[in-house]
Amino acid sequence: MRYLPKSPSERQEMLAAIGVRSADELFSSIPEQFRLKRKLDLPPALSEMEIIDYFRARAAENSRGYTSFLGAGVYNHHRSVVVDTILLRGEFLTSYTPYQAEISQGTLQAIFEFQTMMCQLTGMDVANASMWDGSTALAEAALMADRLTDRRRVVIARSVHPEYRQVLATYAKNLGMEIVEVGWTSRGQADLATIRELVHDDTSCVVVQSPNFFGVIEPTAEIAQIAHAKDALSVVGIAEPVSLAAINPPADADIVAMEAQGLGLPPSYGGPFAGVIATRDKFVRQLPGRLAGQTTDKEGRRGFVLTLATREQHIRREKATSNICTNQALCALAVTVQLTLLGKEGLKEMAQQNLSKAQFAAAELAKIPGVKLSFTGPTFNEFAIELPRSVKIVNQSLLREKIIGPLPLGQFYPELTKHGLVCVTETISRAEIERFAASLKKALAEPL
Amino acid sequence: MYPSNYRYTKEHEWIEAKDGAGTIGITDYAQHELGDVVFVELPKVGAKFDAGKSFGTVESVKAVSEIYCPVSVEITETNAKLADSPETINSDPHNAGWLIKVKLAKPDELKSLMDSAAYQAYIDEKEKEASA
Repeated sequence: MRYLPKSPSERQEMLAAIGVRSADELFSSIPEQFRLKRKLDLPPALSEMEIIDYFRARAAENSRGYTSFLGAGVYNHHRSVVVDTILLRGEFLTSYTPYQAEISQGTLQAIFEFQTMMCQLTGMDVANASMWDGSTALAEAALMADRLTDRRRVVIARSVHPEYRQVLATYAKNLGMEIVEVGWTSRGQADLATIRELVHDDTSCVVVQSPNFFGVIEPTAEIAQIAHAKDALSVVGIAEPVSLAAINPPADADIVAMEAQGLGLPPSYGGPFAGVIATRDKFVRQLPGRLAGQTTDKEGRRGFVLTLATREQHIRREKATSNICTNQALCALAVTVQLTLLGKEGLKEMAQQNLSKAQFAAAELAKIPGVKLSFTGPTFNEFAIELPRSVKIVNQSLLREKIIGPLPLGQFYPELTKHGLVCVTETISRAEIERFAASLKKALAEPL
Repeated sequence: MYPSNYRYTKEHEWIEAKDGAGTIGITDYAQHELGDVVFVELPKVGAKFDAGKSFGTVESVKAVSEIYCPVSVEITETNAKLADSPETINSDPHNAGWLIKVKLAKPDELKSLMDSAAYQAYIDEKEKEASA
């Protein structure tokens, strides 16, 4: 196949075939005043040498030698070099949606293994492969609950990632769904009393995230109980999948919406990531996205196929469960490779290190005069702290020490202006935590 | 083949009606066209549907098809056995493979449906078109 565009003579032939004189005539239905009369404002084409120089210069702008305490939905975990080595294999890197099982066994088996691992992590029966990211997974989980219950009202905790809630609001905007938000307690957990008040016979689901945006683990079992009492579903979002190796999965949930980035994908300027929805067998027909299934061929050998495709838009058109189509299969593969390399014990060890280091950091920071933990609830590798002054100003001082400090929470929660979110993964050493504590102490001692 | 006491639609549903109540299913022609049925989605008891509105779906190995209400109804019962053995729709579409039992909202609408002879002629015509 030639990738060259059409030649002028081929263009003429095509124009003649459809009976127009020029390509411009095809746009005659667009009124004059809306047509662009000038050239697009693009820089001139560059030579290969110039392109390489350009990208070297951009790469040099990356910060080096900084220690980052940012998390908030994107987590910096160690990734084995093996992950990218496997990803870069042409068989995986360039493969398209594996509709044809006869030529796609490798890809399909990898997807099946990904789904199996996601089920093992979340405690659910079935997991898809995959959604764009955690935010769209959460939004689609709420849509799924809406279809399953035929109810329009979503009760969601404000402790769910603010950007996830924005994505849900966008998805829900033209679907006649109502979204009601619930505040938090001094523990930093969704306020159960308010949830109890807001969940009625018209509620499709109660949505929480655990650990939530403040890093606090939610009482998901009790929340599911409140939802179930009104025949609503329990949707649990998980932004930090490594947490599942240290804390119980939300076993009572009906739908789990997860961001799998923490398991093998680099923060990489915000993507691409891989979202997952996992659920109970009985809800599988309302599950969006691809599903690989295990089967046997005519000689009885184990094989894999895309299954239950009648949920999807290429079969079911406008009645499909979702418009998600060719998905994050390569990202899902990265997750599968990372989890395979870590193994059960390796993942537990990684999670344990996150937990221990974050606890150590929280204790060290809380020793600083004027600094206290924002919430009293249990946390995993992330926690909020309250400072005696603006987090943004403190971060300016920390940056000079090559430390990327806490995420200012005021930008998402006006009532939390002096609060910041600190994330400590296994990639941060004890010495760096101590340097952070010392630098923060110094920064707070500086005159304003 | 097609029971003479049933009425039929162009979308290949049948209805057996008596004294303002009825039973609705899909025809043998429909099950044959769909192939092996693997799942049926049925409405809740108490739901109301106008004539011509979709009340559920039948999923086969090759497609998902809407099923339409032959007349205006209120659902009184759905065939619970289909959840475990949807293939009954293939093996016995006109009896054990029934989908819903209903109360008729406008019994007069039955008159606009085909009788078995008209339906047989209708599908004969369709098959002739398909083989032409």
